[in-house]
Amino acid sequence: MTAATATPKKRTLLDAIRRWPGLQTLVLISPSLFWLTLFFALPLLIVFVCSFLKRGPYGQILWELDFTRLFDPLYLKVFVRQFSLNNYARFFDPLYLKIFVRSFKIAGITTLLCFLLGYPMAYWIATRPARWRNTLLLLIMIPFWTNFLVRTYAWILILRDTGLINNLLLSLGLIHHPLPLFGNDLAIVIGLVYGWFPDMVLPCYAAIERLDFSLVEAAQDLYANEVRSFWRVIFPLTLPGVIAGSMLVFIPSLGAYVTPDLLGGAKSVMIGNVIQSQFLTVRDYPFGSAFSFVLMALMLLATLIYFRTARRTL
Amino acid sequence: MEDSFAVEVCDVTKVFPGPAGRPGSEVTAVDHVTLQIRDGEFFSMLGPSGCGKTTTLRMIAGFEHPTEGEIYIHGRPMGLTPPYQRNTNMVFQNYALFPHMTIARNIAFGLEMKKVPRGEIERRVQEALEMVRLAGYGPRRPNQLSGGQQQRIALARALVNRPEVLLLDEPLGALDLKLRKEMQLELKTLQKEVGITFVYVTHDQEEALTMSDRIAVMHQGKVLQVGTPTEIYERPNCRFVADFIGETNFLDGIVREQDGDRVTVVVDEALPLMVQTDRPLERGRQVTVAVRPEKIRLLPQPARGEHNSFPCRVEQMVYVGTDTRFRVRLSDRVVLSVREQNVVSAPSATAYYSEGSGPVYAAWLIEAGRLLLD
Repeated sequence: MTAATATPKKRTLLDAIRRWPGLQTLVLISPSLFWLTLFFALPLLIVFVCSFLKRGPYGQILWELDFTRLFDPLYLKVFVRQFSLNNYARFFDPLYLKIFVRSFKIAGITTLLCFLLGYPMAYWIATRPARWRNTLLLLIMIPFWTNFLVRTYAWILILRDTGLINNLLLSLGLIHHPLPLFGNDLAIVIGLVYGWFPDMVLPCYAAIERLDFSLVEAAQDLYANEVRSFWRVIFPLTLPGVIAGSMLVFIPSLGAYVTPDLLGGAKSVMIGNVIQSQFLTVRDYPFGSAFSFVLMALMLLATLIYFRTARRTL
Repeated sequence: MEDSFAVEVCDVTKVFPGPAGRPGSEVTAVDHVTLQIRDGEFFSMLGPSGCGKTTTLRMIAGFEHPTEGEIYIHGRPMGLTPPYQRNTNMVFQNYALFPHMTIARNIAFGLEMKKVPRGEIERRVQEALEMVRLAGYGPRRPNQLSGGQQQRIALARALVNRPEVLLLDEPLGALDLKLRKEMQLELKTLQKEVGITFVYVTHDQEEALTMSDRIAVMHQGKVLQVGTPTEIYERPNCRFVADFIGETNFLDGIVREQDGDRVTVVVDEALPLMVQTDRPLERGRQVTVAVRPEKIRLLPQPARGEHNSFPCRVEQMVYVGTDTRFRVRLSDRVVLSVREQNVVSAPSATAYYSEGSGPVYAAWLIEAGRLLLD
């Protein structure tokens, strides 16, 4: 046999990769794939299944699964019957709908304010000389090296009736009663805008920095004044950054629970607080799961809309 | 003020703050420049990079404002008028087409801003597309077009507004050589057709010579010479212009005597050559005589009559197809570069000059030399 004369070659993983390039991809992504499956997809599946189940009298999840009897028609009936859409139906309770709508309103206002404050800031930074830009971006990010909880507590000290702002205004005699800055929607919006501001600035900055400013000159050369060259050229060309920033602000704002919990007081509850209380206080895991899924579905919808618009503008 | 100047640049200086912004690090990009650009002419500003030509153009467009001096467009002082209030349009070096708009919307942009009625916009956009021979490209996007096509769209986008002056900032710089040559002729023809004043910035001397009615040669923020292509090429007024445009032999020498418009200049202490001038020059003055390589002929015997003629030795001979280039030595320190057209097929014509094949004389007409005083 001629094959016997050839030196037997040891088969290694590297050889295999050279032979099948697709294998390389698989090897490289397998750790993240494993991680995502174990800690993301699987828990998500559990929550999903849970959202169709019922809560027991002690807050436990009523769950019936016996593989050995799965082919018994009687058991199968019981098995299927344990699932219901009741939890999703409860979502349409006016109480929850109201919270839902208010959460959207707060998240929307937060996003808009972040844009109104963040875009000019991003524009200003992006048009500085190159050697200043990184320093300025760093200055934006430095406060965010402090723990989020600590920074939110700091806002309590600033906003409450005996806080920094009210004390100052009272001592100056400008007001006679403390302004209602704390324990309401306004406080939540302030906290959220503060919290997600960099997430708006950074994508906007990236988009503006990439903008070819000779296009702005071209617009001005073609009789567009500063305002019109902004709306006709600068804004449309940086829109993908604005949309990315808005997503990064809107989604966490909608699901926020630390900020409304600390700054919002008893009356200002957001979706995040409802979900949290269902899991930790009421111990109604199935309803909390259903609520989480509705929120996720809506965010997914928002993301899809984003990709649609992004594709159209690019 | 004289008849009609489309653009007048009057003693304009532009100083930019230095990169560090510190006092003393300022850069003078344009230094007391005065230009008068006639209505309907193709005017080029030519010079090496950093000579101030683009800054001057940007000041005419209104992107920059003069530190000193004033720019007039058809007699109106521009002052600090922003670009969108000036009746000038620019063709940018990188075309600057709006990537988020179709070609038609790009061309319509200026008309939309000027609030031209929609029907007229549509008609003029179509006309503009036909003018640059890209009819039917309206619905496409800029990134679907080749460089040359984008270039023509940029031109259409500017011309559709019927500006008083069209400003072009090295618009052919990004195109390959063959396309560039085509576009040069096309631009020239188009300019004649539309009759709009073109102000063209380029560092390519051949481009400027091919297209322009007049050229301003700029260097270090100053205008050195303004003239027709022939004037600039044949009668450069200084060493820089002679050197920057085309190829030139510089012969440094001393004035020996002047007889009317004829001056005898002694080069390298031994070579007396004659050159024309209309200026009186004192004896002993240091001057330079510039002679273009193609104006020198190589002959087997001394030329008679109105010629400068010196025996020389052929040191190098390069055949380049249309012509042959020689390096010939007149003396220890004087070497000339010479170009001869290959009128006869090259090998037989050049065989004569081969080493040791007899005496060779370099000769040129007295009027072919140009006396430079700097």
